[in-house]
Amino acid sequence: MTFELGFLLDDDGSGRTYLEWMLQAWGWTLSVAFSAWVVAMVCGIFIGVLRTLNHMPLLQNFGRAWVELFRNIPLLVQIFIWYFVLPKLFPFMQALPSFLLVVLGLGLFTSARIAEQFRAAIESLSKGQRQAAMALGLSTWETYRSVLLPMGLRIILPPLTSESMNLLKNSSVAFAVSISELTMFAMQVQEETSRGIEVYLAVTVLYALSAFVVNRLFVALERRLQIPGAGTVVKPLAMAGH
Amino acid sequence: MGDFDLSFFNADLFTKFIEKGLVFSLELTLVATLGGLLFGTLLALMRLSGSKVLARTASFYVDTMRSIPLVMVILWFYLLMPVLIGRPIGAELSAFITFVAFESAYFSEIMRAGINSVGAGQKNAARALGMTPWSAMSLVVLPQAFRNMIPVLLTQTIVLFQDTSLVYAIGAYDLLKGFVTAGRIFGRPEEAYLLAAVVFFVLCMSLSLVVRQLQQRMAIVRA
Repeated sequence: MTFELGFLLDDDGSGRTYLEWMLQAWGWTLSVAFSAWVVAMVCGIFIGVLRTLNHMPLLQNFGRAWVELFRNIPLLVQIFIWYFVLPKLFPFMQALPSFLLVVLGLGLFTSARIAEQFRAAIESLSKGQRQAAMALGLSTWETYRSVLLPMGLRIILPPLTSESMNLLKNSSVAFAVSISELTMFAMQVQEETSRGIEVYLAVTVLYALSAFVVNRLFVALERRLQIPGAGTVVKPLAMAGH
Repeated sequence: MGDFDLSFFNADLFTKFIEKGLVFSLELTLVATLGGLLFGTLLALMRLSGSKVLARTASFYVDTMRSIPLVMVILWFYLLMPVLIGRPIGAELSAFITFVAFESAYFSEIMRAGINSVGAGQKNAARALGMTPWSAMSLVVLPQAFRNMIPVLLTQTIVLFQDTSLVYAIGAYDLLKGFVTAGRIFGRPEEAYLLAAVVFFVLCMSLSLVVRQLQQRMAIVRA
């Protein structure tokens, strides 16, 4: 068995080289991950906030149900539900592109995890912050907008970094519904060319590289947003996960 | 709403298709948890050993595993194992080896945090009593580290149980595959996916309730 990457320049039978195909697959991975990240952030922060509204038990319970639902079903099963089950129950969804369904599946799955991190961040702030805001006459909305969210969003940056890297890795599950992303590419080309080791290695490097870039971006962001003198206050909450 | 019929699911179908997958998923979870805990603790000890070579080797292993998607790791092992051993191994055996190797990396991070959570005074006191470094670690530090980390370890086990579904990539017969197979044979794939979701949800939710109870009890003990 020899190791050579020359096959990457061969034609894959449709007029593009395997290298071009791989770069396109990388593009799919990054688009799925980024779009899902936006969904996860928006829903995650919203649900996280709901879970801290102590005077509104109904909303709080809704938040809790959301988290438990999306956290206790395997991602792959959730993707199948979005892709096969929901379009059957709600025929209008049959018109939606599979890219969107995967993005929703991956995004909502991750939103549960981000919501938990965000809730913990808000709860880790001293009670005085909320009470001071109330004493100043701020409404609940203003308290969150001007006091709790700016602090909470800085606090969750370190756990958010690892959640974002997890999301990038989890996007590999999209192979199961034939999104032509990196993992799908690896499986197909391994079968077509029997160059399994080379293909897997190339794909693995691209995943590791992407995760590394995400990590650097967040570290830079954290540094930029740091409040001088505030230091870093947080204990990492849940370290379990993939 | 399209037509949805769950009546095909009965006890007979459970014993025919689901039971085998459920048993495999549970076995995989158990083996990966115990194996991951054992090798993870070893990796954590290597990183804290003070030897540069050991620490770097362990860090390299852990960081590499943690930067690759689990699906890719599953595919890697399935591809490489036959090359290394010289004969094909089944998807199920390959899954066991993969999960132990992969989870070791995650469990090692948890155990490292656990060991660091035990105050330095514990180790110093043990050494002052004349215990060797090894017995101080294994009899004094590790039991406390393990105890402190039980909730996180159990949470990791829940995540791990959910992740057994990813052996789908190499066609091993797990819980999800059981439902998918039954769904295909009875021509009811959508219902099968839904039932799989319900079963996973009930199992994982029950275990997370146990974890929450445990956390509360431990919080009281510590207070």
